[in-house]
Amino acid sequence: MAEHAVNFAAASKAALQDSQLRGNFRRAMDGLMSKRAVQFADAKEWHTMRALAASVRLRALAKLPELLEQLETNLTRNGIQVHWASTTAEANAITLAIMRKANATLAVKGKSMVTEEMHLNAFLEDHDIEVLESDLGEYIVQLDGTMPSHIIMPAIHLNTKQIAHLFKQKIKDAASTGEDAAALTDLARRILRQKFMNAGVGMSGVNAAVAETGTLCLIENEGNGRMCTTVPPVHIAFMGLEKVVEKLEDVPPIISLLPRSATGQPITTYVNMISSPRKEGEKDGPREIHVVILDNGRSSVYADPELRDTLRCIRCGACMNHCPVYTKVGGHAYEAPYPGPIGQILVPQMEGLAKRGEMPHACTMCNACVEICPVQIPIVEIMGRLRVEAVHPSASVKDSGARASKTEALVWKGWAAMNTSPLAYKIATTAMSAVGNAAPGSLPLLKEWTSVRSKPRFAPRTLHDLARKKGIPNV
Amino acid sequence: MDRPTPPTKPTKVYFFGTCLVDLFYPEAGMAGMELLQAQGLTVVFPQGQSCCGQPAYNSGYRADALKVARAQLDLFPGDLPIVVPSGSCAGMMKKHWPHLFHGEPDEAKALQVSARVWELTQFLVQVLDVKLTDKGEPLRVTWHASCHAQREMGVVDEPKALLRQLANVELVELTREKECCGFGGTFAVRHAEISAAMVGDKVADIESTGAKRVVSGDCGCLMNINGALEAGGKPVQGQHIAQFLKERTHG
Repeated sequence: MAEHAVNFAAASKAALQDSQLRGNFRRAMDGLMSKRAVQFADAKEWHTMRALAASVRLRALAKLPELLEQLETNLTRNGIQVHWASTTAEANAITLAIMRKANATLAVKGKSMVTEEMHLNAFLEDHDIEVLESDLGEYIVQLDGTMPSHIIMPAIHLNTKQIAHLFKQKIKDAASTGEDAAALTDLARRILRQKFMNAGVGMSGVNAAVAETGTLCLIENEGNGRMCTTVPPVHIAFMGLEKVVEKLEDVPPIISLLPRSATGQPITTYVNMISSPRKEGEKDGPREIHVVILDNGRSSVYADPELRDTLRCIRCGACMNHCPVYTKVGGHAYEAPYPGPIGQILVPQMEGLAKRGEMPHACTMCNACVEICPVQIPIVEIMGRLRVEAVHPSASVKDSGARASKTEALVWKGWAAMNTSPLAYKIATTAMSAVGNAAPGSLPLLKEWTSVRSKPRFAPRTLHDLARKKGIPNV
Repeated sequence: MDRPTPPTKPTKVYFFGTCLVDLFYPEAGMAGMELLQAQGLTVVFPQGQSCCGQPAYNSGYRADALKVARAQLDLFPGDLPIVVPSGSCAGMMKKHWPHLFHGEPDEAKALQVSARVWELTQFLVQVLDVKLTDKGEPLRVTWHASCHAQREMGVVDEPKALLRQLANVELVELTREKECCGFGGTFAVRHAEISAAMVGDKVADIESTGAKRVVSGDCGCLMNINGALEAGGKPVQGQHIAQFLKERTHG
């Protein structure tokens, strides 16, 4: 059955008309871009660091199957239980089984984009399990009943005033906090603190999993990650299978570049290195740790040498901050767990081109994301490749060829015929120069163009003509 | 950039005008050739040229792009530099042709042509080291950098260095010089509303400089920005840098 195609153009339209939203994103992204620029003021250091980080990721991907086996062995040796899930449905079922076994009806969760991919909260709620997001941004988004609009700053689409309003509507004690950011944060903190104590399960993401030591690394700013992974008796960590790195020494380049690229911080407030459940005689830590390693299409991304680079991503979100399209429409318009440039190359590969074929086109190919990507992902090249896949059936990407159009193919054939024969080119361009300007603005494409622009005007004579007339030599 | 400067200044160059310039901005192409001639160079404009292939390449129709790119190869024999009045088309030839021709029987030939491609302002500054004498009236301008010129061809300072050589021209830079104007080829019509928002921001940035003219090196951006300026009834006008430099230096 053909899946419903997500209409990015329609979703972005509403966002474009929301001046509050536009203002929030413009301000936030401007701030993030300048903070990042301060971090990488030294171009030489930037080039050295990103080459190092890229090499760490490339090396991990080159040995991915082997490293995953090594990771499983070492995690297991450390007492961490490993679960493999090839689909999000499998990952959800695994999670539910762990929760049931632990008799847990409440989970507190730190930021995890993989669980967004899984729609885990909705799934568990359907099974009468409460999941509380403990990252402040995620908490706000959950209260609001929406999705994260950014992978690092989930509630970046809202300003303090809007958050204060939301709190007032949803939380009993919020009346006294006013619009003071510190007071609002304090209120959320008090509510969350109680939940951390009562939760049977803590959940988290993983920023890097070290194969040689069996260590899960988690970076965060609010301490909620540490609470989720240490206070409840059971901790479940979720990771995409690409998150593995080979050695412990591969971690520093990632945890340095990630926050510097994302928020312009030199390092996050918390760096958690989780290597085992609570041991005999230890006073804290969970008694069980589980890690759910999710595939969800990553293996097929991995199988294609060109598309594989998608998996280098360390989820810093800097590509969003620098994307002129994302900045205009915000994250919700993409209607996907991963918005912005990385989402535009990752989500179509996970969900297929029938549903997500338009995503790679919502890009001007300006390369702003490529310029700042800390692991040098050729995002725009992959975007171009997916545009090819969308209209040509192949074995590489799910639903490739789903957007093939005979009309479009014919237009390009005609274009190629015109541009490969000097005679055809001459006839066509002479005709355009002569009568092109008479084309009515209501024509398709011209209509879209002229929505905010004047009609392009064909010059009376082409450059070919002028050059000939001026005696510019042909050879 | 990653390309060595030719040891001696060439006496002859090829000019690849691009399809957009050919149809919509031929004066910019002529001005580009005249600037090169003014430096004592012989300029060759092969009449068989059409397009670099970028429109189809970026739309997912690479076989059609390949045919069109291939049709250009034999027009530029020898080892003369190929000068292009567009960072975007130059970027296609320089950066994407190697990928497009990869594994094709004429790959070596394509690489040989690709390696000789220069963006116009880059060639004027890096190879010819031109010295311009301004003959115009005092004028405030701003510079719009195309994304592909900046990020594919590495052209950032060259055009601004040329504008700064003009004694009576005051260059006021944009606040968000690096941000895309929203053209993006078919993007402008496929995602017309987002493109409109982007060019709207660009126009506001241009206006805030108080410049009378916005100069750029890429006609795709110019068509977009000029179209929006005109439709919005703004007095600022966009112009290709070749035309602007020619106008200022020829009096």
